[in-house]
Amino acid sequence: MEQEFRRVSRRTILSEVQSLEEEHYRLIQICATTVEDGYEILYTFGKGYDEVQVKIHTDEGEHVQSISRLFPPAWLYENEIHDLHGIAIDGITLDFRGGLYRTKEKAPFAHKEEKEGK
Amino acid sequence: MSSRSVIPFGPQHPVLPEPIHLDLVLEDEKVVEAVPSIGFVHRGLESLVTKKDFKEMVYVAERICGICSFGHGFGYCDAVEHIMDIEVTERANYLRTILFEMSRMHSHILWLGLMADAFGFESLFMDTWRIREKVLDMLEAATGGRVIFSILDVGGLRRDIPDDMLKSFLPVLDEIEKELAIDVKAFLNDSAVKSRLCGVGFLSAEQVEKLGCCGPFLRGSGVKRDSRKLGYAAYDDIDFEIITSDDCDTYGRTFVRAQEILQSISIIRQAIEKVPAGEVMVPVKGFPKGEHMTRIEQPRGEACYYVKANGTKFLERMRVRTPTFANIPALTETLQGCSLSDVPILVVAIDPCISCTER
Repeated sequence: MEQEFRRVSRRTILSEVQSLEEEHYRLIQICATTVEDGYEILYTFGKGYDEVQVKIHTDEGEHVQSISRLFPPAWLYENEIHDLHGIAIDGITLDFRGGLYRTKEKAPFAHKEEKEGK
Repeated sequence: MSSRSVIPFGPQHPVLPEPIHLDLVLEDEKVVEAVPSIGFVHRGLESLVTKKDFKEMVYVAERICGICSFGHGFGYCDAVEHIMDIEVTERANYLRTILFEMSRMHSHILWLGLMADAFGFESLFMDTWRIREKVLDMLEAATGGRVIFSILDVGGLRRDIPDDMLKSFLPVLDEIEKELAIDVKAFLNDSAVKSRLCGVGFLSAEQVEKLGCCGPFLRGSGVKRDSRKLGYAAYDDIDFEIITSDDCDTYGRTFVRAQEILQSISIIRQAIEKVPAGEVMVPVKGFPKGEHMTRIEQPRGEACYYVKANGTKFLERMRVRTPTFANIPALTETLQGCSLSDVPILVVAIDPCISCTER
């Protein structure tokens, strides 16, 4: 059976996950993928053995809202996405400001042009 | 009012050879806050998908970690097989289950040894690791490798394991079960051990759910969830109950892991009895196109493998969410309010695998 990856707008991500939180879903993971015209961020939530995949698209340089106030463990995933992909995430409850990963190269998974511009 | 001080813990751990750092905020001997730092040895293996083709990536996935090696290879293959609509043969599924459970056994036994070392029970540490060698010997006989097996491939297994070899594992499993029962008794009943584990690192069922915990850390707080029940490989045909503990502390987590070793023996026995004859590999044609998220139960908990493919031989993305990564927020929670002397035990109690986390 094919999995469903529900696409939502970057601007409505908080209200989308709010409804999942109210339905007692838990956060399984968040990850980012570098795509041609920016980044995709995939949120996976679970309830029992069921899962829901929610995906947003963000252009380079755009800011994304943190979901860590609704799902506390999100702070770790969001810091990771910031450190590896260079995506700015606003309102992380425990923000390491780029200090979670000690990589030799800053934001190694970011778009090349973006890294050169920094 | 006592004054606060911050002390660095790690990246060198008294027991673990892998680097994790914690800034511990103390009031006298009590930890009031713990801030983790990781990324000392981050390897960026996920980014290799743009340089290695999707078949070569099996080797990379297996090398994420030396302990959970088989699970990583399996999770990656499973995600690609879903995208490509590949149905693995029944025999391959059973053999994968056997190898997965042997991996769980050696991982959990290794952890028991580390835990014994952490609370200063050297003879228990040595005995558990002696028993673990027997599991590694079986894996070596079956695959040619002790920790990195390179037997997995997209579509099944690279080579078969003969039935007579599988049967020869049964008396070894009997022996391991007998010897391990003595060590497990010491772990669960010894008063000195209990004094270091009971009541340490309490997290309720509600807390572990909220903090996104997985694996024995989750089940040690009474939550009955194990991703093997999703039914991948041959787990649908195997009879096993999810092991939980209502202790909600380090003792509960130890109990779950100890019992899971014995349960793995039972699963392997069932699988050896039921393994059907047949091929272990199906032909794989073309390149993957699509995306899939696979969830499996690694020894340390649920691991997620997200694969996105564009129809070429190179993937767009492979993402591995390791169980240790998921358990870090809960680790910082258990450290709050604990005594400084309990920090090494609480860190070991999540069975941290930093190589997985620094994939």
